[in-house]
Amino acid sequence: MHWQPAASLSNIRARAALYAQIRAFFAQRNVLEVETPILNASTASEPQLRSLQTIVQREEGGAGSPFYLHTSPEYPMKRLLAAGSGAIYQICKTFRDGERGRRHNPEFTMLEWYRPDFTLQRLIEEVAQLVNTVLGTASYRVISYRQAFVDALGTDPFRATERSLNALAEHYAHYEGEQLDRDAALDVLMACVIEPRLGASQPEFLVDYPPSQASLARVVKDDQGDEVAARFELYIDGLELANGYWELCDAAEQRRRFEADNHQRKALGFEEIPLDEHLLAALNEGFPDCSGVALGLDRLLMIQQGAQSIDEVLCFPIERV
Amino acid sequence: MASYSTNEFRSGLKVMLDGDPCAVIDNEFVKPGKGQAFNRVKLRNLKSGRVWERTFKSGESLEAADVMDYDMEYLYNDGEFWHFMMTDGSFEQHAADAKAIEDAKDWLKEQETYVVTLYNGEPLSVSPPNFVELEVIETDPGLKGDTAQGGSKPAKLSTGASVNVPLFVNEGEVLRIDTRKGEYVSRAKS
Repeated sequence: MHWQPAASLSNIRARAALYAQIRAFFAQRNVLEVETPILNASTASEPQLRSLQTIVQREEGGAGSPFYLHTSPEYPMKRLLAAGSGAIYQICKTFRDGERGRRHNPEFTMLEWYRPDFTLQRLIEEVAQLVNTVLGTASYRVISYRQAFVDALGTDPFRATERSLNALAEHYAHYEGEQLDRDAALDVLMACVIEPRLGASQPEFLVDYPPSQASLARVVKDDQGDEVAARFELYIDGLELANGYWELCDAAEQRRRFEADNHQRKALGFEEIPLDEHLLAALNEGFPDCSGVALGLDRLLMIQQGAQSIDEVLCFPIERV
Repeated sequence: MASYSTNEFRSGLKVMLDGDPCAVIDNEFVKPGKGQAFNRVKLRNLKSGRVWERTFKSGESLEAADVMDYDMEYLYNDGEFWHFMMTDGSFEQHAADAKAIEDAKDWLKEQETYVVTLYNGEPLSVSPPNFVELEVIETDPGLKGDTAQGGSKPAKLSTGASVNVPLFVNEGEVLRIDTRKGEYVSRAKS
């Protein structure tokens, strides 16, 4: 048993310094710090995310009702945007069940921010500036999801058949198991073959995801006329650091995606998520054109401190709480 | 037989893969933020010694391998098999073949204790202790007075293994050998 913290005292101090740096960065840019609930009546609908649940009694002995610990503060922050908050950011604890490893702890810290009137390109520029402030990385590179696959595997992820993606998964990712669906095959190739190569010499932003991986991003056409998600992910030293969207602002489309996620959840035998009607009402009311991004602060700290495991930057990882 | 899920994979866990017993060396959880979770696992095939890399969907399971390590004393070699006896008081004997003995054959000494790995009750491999004491049966005559530094020379040990030893070592002396590196450590204290 370890009562001692897993992180060194110097990494605990580095975290405090990092937060001060981030707050100064946003203060200078007039981005407002906000705080939204960790406990929520709804949660992320993506089938691959598992939310923690708890029971809340509003009065002692009263009937309890289930609430979720958020996987990201996205929905309530979007309600603030719809209410006219302008640019906002938040530093908060987030939770994802079933995620533990060298780069994962079920409880972790996220920096999330939203920029009304920012294009995705402009937000990428700002993320790069923040990362430069923290890590001193002056340059960065933007590469499309398609190009990253072509470079690493010589295959076009938009054109390859499910069968050939499975063959690649078996050969290059050493995948063993039942046949994967298209997105799962892309995921295993991304995680095992492509990610480790990304961001080796400078931060790399992966853009133009397959529309099936749009999540809460808008879908647009790329220069080859293919539908792509207006989404980016930032990688440094093979570590996935941030995920950004040109935010979907169409309430009807959002409802369709929630329903599609629930449909898929049901097929996979996962719990369905109650639709967040507050969010849908807010989108319906008039949501500003904006881009938003979530960035993992534990991982940013890992890179800054040269840590090989997330445990080196956490006071008490899940095994020690 | 029990089975283990990928999230139970720890270094040293023994599982069956493609019909062979394997030991987990490393297990890394990977997951693109919004994507599916996988485990990248490195395993050592305990039959061939080869390291395999495999990626599984998180939560997949593999059957446990009936592989156990036991302390056993080396008894003798009958020309075909090497015989060991359990040190737990059961006096149960096991015969290891040339393949199982491969890693330990240079360091086999009667009455010494070895770790014998049994797979379905048969010796799969034998690991020597980190240090063994063995007699020098052949080497050039020792140089008197040369007890400090200086060169080295080959010496043949009672097991047939050859190691480099300091020039002052003589035939008939018993040496302490590090089996992990196959290196001379010191003269044994008698």
